[in-house]
Amino acid sequence: MSGLQRGSVAVAGAAESDLGLVAQHTSAVDLMAQGTLRALDDAGLKLSDVDGIFAAATQSRLAPMALAEYLRIKPRYFDGTIIGGSSFMTHVAHAQAAIEHGLCEIAVIAYGSTQRSVTRAAASPREYNYYESPYRPILPISAYAMAAARHMHEYGTTREQLAEVAVAARQWALMNPKAWEKEPLTVEQVLKARMVSYPFTVRDCCLVVDGGGAIILTSAARAKTLKKKPVYVLGVGDSLSHLTISNMPDLTVTAAADSGRKAFDMARLGPADMDMVSLYDAFTITPILFLEDLGFCPKGEGGRFVSGGTIAPGGKLPVNTSGGGLSYCHPGMYGLLVMIEAIRQVRGECGQRQVPGCDVALAHGNGGVLSSQCTVIFGSGATL
Amino acid sequence: MDNVSEQSPLGTYIEHLNAGQLAYQVTQDGKPVFYPRVAAPETGGPLEWRVSTGLGTVYSTTVVHYRNEPPLNLALIDMDEGFRLMSRVEDIDPMAVEIGMRVRFRTHPGDDKQPPYPVFAPAEQAS
Repeated sequence: MSGLQRGSVAVAGAAESDLGLVAQHTSAVDLMAQGTLRALDDAGLKLSDVDGIFAAATQSRLAPMALAEYLRIKPRYFDGTIIGGSSFMTHVAHAQAAIEHGLCEIAVIAYGSTQRSVTRAAASPREYNYYESPYRPILPISAYAMAAARHMHEYGTTREQLAEVAVAARQWALMNPKAWEKEPLTVEQVLKARMVSYPFTVRDCCLVVDGGGAIILTSAARAKTLKKKPVYVLGVGDSLSHLTISNMPDLTVTAAADSGRKAFDMARLGPADMDMVSLYDAFTITPILFLEDLGFCPKGEGGRFVSGGTIAPGGKLPVNTSGGGLSYCHPGMYGLLVMIEAIRQVRGECGQRQVPGCDVALAHGNGGVLSSQCTVIFGSGATL
Repeated sequence: MDNVSEQSPLGTYIEHLNAGQLAYQVTQDGKPVFYPRVAAPETGGPLEWRVSTGLGTVYSTTVVHYRNEPPLNLALIDMDEGFRLMSRVEDIDPMAVEIGMRVRFRTHPGDDKQPPYPVFAPAEQAS
């Protein structure tokens, strides 16, 4: 993003909260606090070191205040920008700006959700919209389903190709002890699962589970003095294109093209330089769209690109090595966890699923109904 | 009350629907605008109301499956005048609704909780 300095800030700590199905009566703020404390421990920092709070949660509309009250932090700087699942990538950009300007030094970016415990309807109540609600879309699923239908119509993408995305995610998830899903999945099982919004069966859709976490961002200079090897922010970019699916100009082209270009420009890198990518997979169509719009394959080729195990373990491009929102964890606004996996890959902490020699990783967030797109590129010290 | 508009954009739109018309707005240079707004996007300029011919083309479609209910069509319709809206294509099997299909508007009357709203049927079958 123009105005921000490549590598001026780094991730010093990253951690998930409890994931999956959390203890009865746990709140979203409990999970934000738990993630924050674990991420601080990961960084070797104390709660009293935190002077910047960035938080968003659908169950806590005033999330920065909720977290500040809970942990009794008096932040010098705070931001509760909420643009859906990509909110936390944008928090990285905003925290970087704040840190560069000395408005804070140790920033926590936190999220929590108990949508499996309380139901999705309770965790993310839908706003009434006269121009959409009477038709009873299952949102956000039906919006993405229409994007998939349009992609299939224009480019010949098939339901089998969509299913390959879910199958690859499941293969990665089987190597992640924290993943929700524990059993293998086949293309046929995806196609034969319960239809939700054509062409999506329930296996084309992300999980509905509890979860959250936090990352700690600080200046590059401070990060070098801390416990873990810094993971530098090489590039960030974000872009808004619409709110409702009725107002998305072209359902096959997302604003990831814009956010990606900004992030790549700032990082002075391109798609071919990425050792792994973490793409917000709310639905099987989304990694296909983002692979195209971020420049990993030409527009319209995403379905063919993901076929034959290209993004699965052992494939040409490691995508969503955690198992993604489809098989690892999707608490509703999954972007924070998208970044945590990319950060861990750059640190070399991913065990069985570790991408060898991973120095640069891209984390791409998506919010609303393909509405907000935010890209962050992380790099090891070797990339500075 | 001089400082309050007489009618909201949605109020005008619903009034047209009650008269069996699908209304939309145009900017001063003739660009279609939908959903109805208090002013033109991009310029903030004035908007004028128009009535659509009611003919459009399916831009995308899905079939929504609620448990214990018949499948329900959901579609985005590109109107011939150049604006798009979400709607539903009725009178045919929801899975038979195809991208590129020509459709014609009619008013769904709504009910005591829901004001009327536009729905569509295949153009050749509409009365």
